[in-house]
Amino acid sequence: MAELRALVGVKRVIDYAVKIRVKPDKTGVVTDGVKHSMNPFCEIAVEEAVRLKEKKLVKEVIAVSCGPKQCQETLRTALAMGADRGIHVEVPESEAERLGPLQVSRVLTALAQKEKAGLVLLGKQAIDDDCNQTGQMTAAMLDWPQGTFASKLTLEGDKVTVEREIDGGLETIRLKLPAVVTADLRLNEPRYATLPNIMGTN
Amino acid sequence: MAVAAWQGCARLSWWRVRPAALFASRRGYSTMPVDDTINGLNEEQKQMRQTVFRFLQQHLAPKAREIDQTNEFKDLREFWKQLGHLGVLGITVPAQYGGSGLGFLDHVVVMEEISRASASVGLSYGAHSNLCVNQLVRNGNETQKEKYLPKLISGEHIGALAMSEPSAGSDVVSMKLKAEKKGDYYILNGTKFWITNGPDADVLIVYAKTDMSAVPVSRGITAFIVEKGMPGFSTSQKLDKLGMRGSNTCELIFENCKVPVSNVLGHLNKGVYVLMSGLDLERLVLAGGPLGIMQAVLDHTIPYLHVREAFGQKIGHFQLMQGKMADMYTRLTTSRQYVYNVAKACDEGHHTPKDCAGVILYAAESATQVALDGIQCLGGNGYINDFPMGRFLRDAKLYEIGAGTSEIRRLVIGRAFNEAFK
Repeated sequence: MAELRALVGVKRVIDYAVKIRVKPDKTGVVTDGVKHSMNPFCEIAVEEAVRLKEKKLVKEVIAVSCGPKQCQETLRTALAMGADRGIHVEVPESEAERLGPLQVSRVLTALAQKEKAGLVLLGKQAIDDDCNQTGQMTAAMLDWPQGTFASKLTLEGDKVTVEREIDGGLETIRLKLPAVVTADLRLNEPRYATLPNIMGTN
Repeated sequence: MAVAAWQGCARLSWWRVRPAALFASRRGYSTMPVDDTINGLNEEQKQMRQTVFRFLQQHLAPKAREIDQTNEFKDLREFWKQLGHLGVLGITVPAQYGGSGLGFLDHVVVMEEISRASASVGLSYGAHSNLCVNQLVRNGNETQKEKYLPKLISGEHIGALAMSEPSAGSDVVSMKLKAEKKGDYYILNGTKFWITNGPDADVLIVYAKTDMSAVPVSRGITAFIVEKGMPGFSTSQKLDKLGMRGSNTCELIFENCKVPVSNVLGHLNKGVYVLMSGLDLERLVLAGGPLGIMQAVLDHTIPYLHVREAFGQKIGHFQLMQGKMADMYTRLTTSRQYVYNVAKACDEGHHTPKDCAGVILYAAESATQVALDGIQCLGGNGYINDFPMGRFLRDAKLYEIGAGTSEIRRLVIGRAFNEAFK
């Protein structure tokens, strides 16, 4: 659908290759000065959205990130990968620790309605909390169908066919848009942003 | 995983049994973070380093050992196209020719990250993107740029530059390759030696003597663009080097090689200006190589020091090891600040031969020292080829020789001061 807008959630998490250390007071892990990057499953979601745009099935890809101002780096990565716009929902550093799937899904619900998105693409879970809840909650709040753990996505007209990786194997479902889809590992291999794209984004 | 593999490994023989398994688990090892705020990079440059770093650690770093052992990069062509796609092959080329239109600092950072993954591939990259591509951009006419740049930037073609000869290295101006004009062609006769990418290059910039009786001798040199396949041009087998193995180097042979007049780069007999100004920028960009090697040494050494135990504690806590870490880190960081600042100045149009020579002089000598320290920190493990420390030393040493020996670099700087007091 040439009119379809895709809203993609991207989360800034501690980089997967970093050696995690627990804080001395045992209240959490050390995040200060530690390398952060985009959640790998969110990268896969962005890549899928950009591919749909390249196939002219999606008109606009809007990336969203909730958190302190460093989230802008994550949004910039999404833009460099091919997203058209980035929305930063700013949450002060002091409150960011209490930001979880419930709050984020409320934000995404409001934005999906405001931006008139027809497809919400998220990573299946974040590698820091492994909640695996935001996609499902967002779909429930919007009262939209959901295709989670997607390993294949096919958009045809106003329907989206999702092949899901579930415990028993693979399940194929068909959803009527608007819908929420969460990306699993084998959905695609995300591109590396090209230098001109990185340097051109600001 | 890697941690478990390292602990309790007192006997050398245990290592030797499973080097492959060790390296398979190392793909998950943490590299040391680079503080780009201290390095003075802006947001985009920080992101650029991140992207390039991730790509290289995934697609090049795992192959580095094999490339060194076999003296061959089997997937060279495929990898070159991937680099082209990333936009790093034409990093300083204006956008109108398909380049990324970026500056020398960006080029240095990319050079550093590639060298961090594999210094030999980094050297080939530097030869292609700076020695060949950048020279074409600076000295080529429109026709030449439009003909040769697109494929060099996309990675379909590999580039090289040839000035050294078997008996003309530091004394490059005494080169003997002759180019005689015959109608619409120049006929080239002679040889070039030590040519990086020689065996694989599709496009080469070659310096030859067009006027054997010029006074001074340097005024008789002209630069040419030679294509693989031109009649009379061939290469001989690649050299078996101490380090930078996998960055193919060989001799070029010109036997009545016909090069069209339209392939003269710059002006007739003015090749020395092309050569000398190119050398400054070559030294600047290649200085990223030793920086990458030093970073790679730190990437491997610092974590090892915090895993290896002796006398009941992690050896990184012993004072002499703390001293080693401090020395390695400060050598790398000071080299970096010098290189990055000179690169930034060049981007602003402020270009001094003295500093371009200075950066690679300092960085290269620091890299050799840091690599030696790296081997020492790993002790016996640093001495076996299961670990990359030996490769880092062998690769680092090249940078004291290629792109102007340390001796020549010192002369350049000394003479620059002499000039100021003439």
